[in-house]
Amino acid sequence: MNSLVQVAYLLTAVAFILGVMRLRAPARARSGNLLAAGGMLLALVATAAVLPAHHLWWVGAALVVGGIAGTASARRVPMTAMPQMVALFNGMGGGAAALVAADETARYLPAFPPAAAAAPALFTVLIGSISFAGSMVAFAKLQELIRGRPITFPGQKPVNLLLLLLLIGVALLLPFDPAARAALLIGFAAGALLLGVSTVLPVGGADMPVIISLLNACTGLAAATTGFVLGNNVLIVAGALVGASGTILTVLMSRAMNRSLANVLFGSFGKLHATHLEQAGTEGEGVRATTVEDVAALLAYAGKVAIVPGYGLAVSRAQQEVRDLMDALLARGVDVRFGIHPVAGRMPGHMNVLLAEANVPYDRLYDMESINPDFPRTDVVLVIGANDVTNPAARNNPDSPLYGMPVLNVDQARSVVVLKRSLRPGFAGIDNDLYRNPKTMMLFGDARESLQHLLSALKDVA
Amino acid sequence: MQANWVLEAYIFVLALFVGFQLISKVPSVLHTPLMSATNAIHGIILVGALTVALAAHGPLETALGTAAVFLATLNVVGGFVVTDRILEMFRRSPGGGRKEHE
Repeated sequence: MNSLVQVAYLLTAVAFILGVMRLRAPARARSGNLLAAGGMLLALVATAAVLPAHHLWWVGAALVVGGIAGTASARRVPMTAMPQMVALFNGMGGGAAALVAADETARYLPAFPPAAAAAPALFTVLIGSISFAGSMVAFAKLQELIRGRPITFPGQKPVNLLLLLLLIGVALLLPFDPAARAALLIGFAAGALLLGVSTVLPVGGADMPVIISLLNACTGLAAATTGFVLGNNVLIVAGALVGASGTILTVLMSRAMNRSLANVLFGSFGKLHATHLEQAGTEGEGVRATTVEDVAALLAYAGKVAIVPGYGLAVSRAQQEVRDLMDALLARGVDVRFGIHPVAGRMPGHMNVLLAEANVPYDRLYDMESINPDFPRTDVVLVIGANDVTNPAARNNPDSPLYGMPVLNVDQARSVVVLKRSLRPGFAGIDNDLYRNPKTMMLFGDARESLQHLLSALKDVA
Repeated sequence: MQANWVLEAYIFVLALFVGFQLISKVPSVLHTPLMSATNAIHGIILVGALTVALAAHGPLETALGTAAVFLATLNVVGGFVVTDRILEMFRRSPGGGRKEHE
């Protein structure tokens, strides 16, 4: 290939690396994204410049329509729907990789490509199709087109394993059967798609941060293996970067949920703790309910307040109210911080985006490691729509299913106010000892309404 | 052929190491834009899609290649635009922020 193109690809790889490097600081992150986009454009122009211009109309139309559709959907999507948007784009990338690899194999039909090209091509078709189909299922779950609860059927695991073995068998058969080759290839792709669907179906809605990260890693890997198929280094480098990123996020998310990846994929969390759900929520004694006026007075005279938002905050669309509360408290000279658990939301870092959208400045957003040492010096913690991630049982009750999970140590603050609809346990179905802590007060009701009342009560505090 | 394969494996493995180093330093505040930016970066598959589509012979290859170009374009353009939108929202406190009450 033209060496000028190779130089362009090298520059692209550098732009990607520098772009991701800039994502370390919020102030420089936007320029990093632009740098990566510039690198992408360079690679595309260089590629197109040296290729024969067959089918220009088809390719041009695909570029224009894809570009318009991509821009339109990316501009319109609300931030709460970001996880499904990312899943959708991720699926597109996986599907494209599978199609490129299939195209490359089809080029040789009815003959068969040499083994060094065939092996990565078939692997790309497999992993790209899994990524495509899996992402579509994740999208449908997040968009609530299908139910988010785990969907399982008896014998699911053996069936999936059998399917995988069958696919490997088909792949091994391909070089030997020229007559059936086209049919086998189609069957191979169809089986891979089916495997993607049946892998993601049993994963529950709250496990989406893990599965989205994993699918992201899969598409990255598929892009890299496409690079092996086409002998294209920039695909290999970019694919490896994304593969590494997706893998790291997958591990971080699993750890933050106190579960192994295998447990997320095969465990069907919703069913696991059905027994806990029955015993929990029965006892209401030892729980202290409070009023909006008391909480307003408490907050108004506090020196340091921490707000711990969970996905419940986004469900009741109270981001704007929480930001108004922050402003009101800041105006009174109260220090306000947000303590955010890694799995608050439906994808890694989702809660930060939702708060940033409501104009909460990023320097008030603290991750778990940096806010935890601060709780003993905090006067009031306001827990809004979060449950399991504040459960002290994760620290001190070895019998709890949450034990060992990293949590926000809100119980170490001087007082805790929990905004909650009822005493119903959280997603994991586990009772939260925090609610029975003498330092804790419960403010029952819809988060958004409670915050609105709190805001007006705060105005009345002299 | 053999030598190429080994060289490509080297590039892949080294890029993986770079990736692990780079990504592990991204703060969790920025994990969503990180994910959507890397999501856009794997849209580099569009380079591969263009390669096969522009050089395709016959209707089957053309159809597969064109479909690949369409999906990859959605991935690239949508990915970068959405990341820019997310990052645009991240703002610092007026007047320096974090230090002001400490």
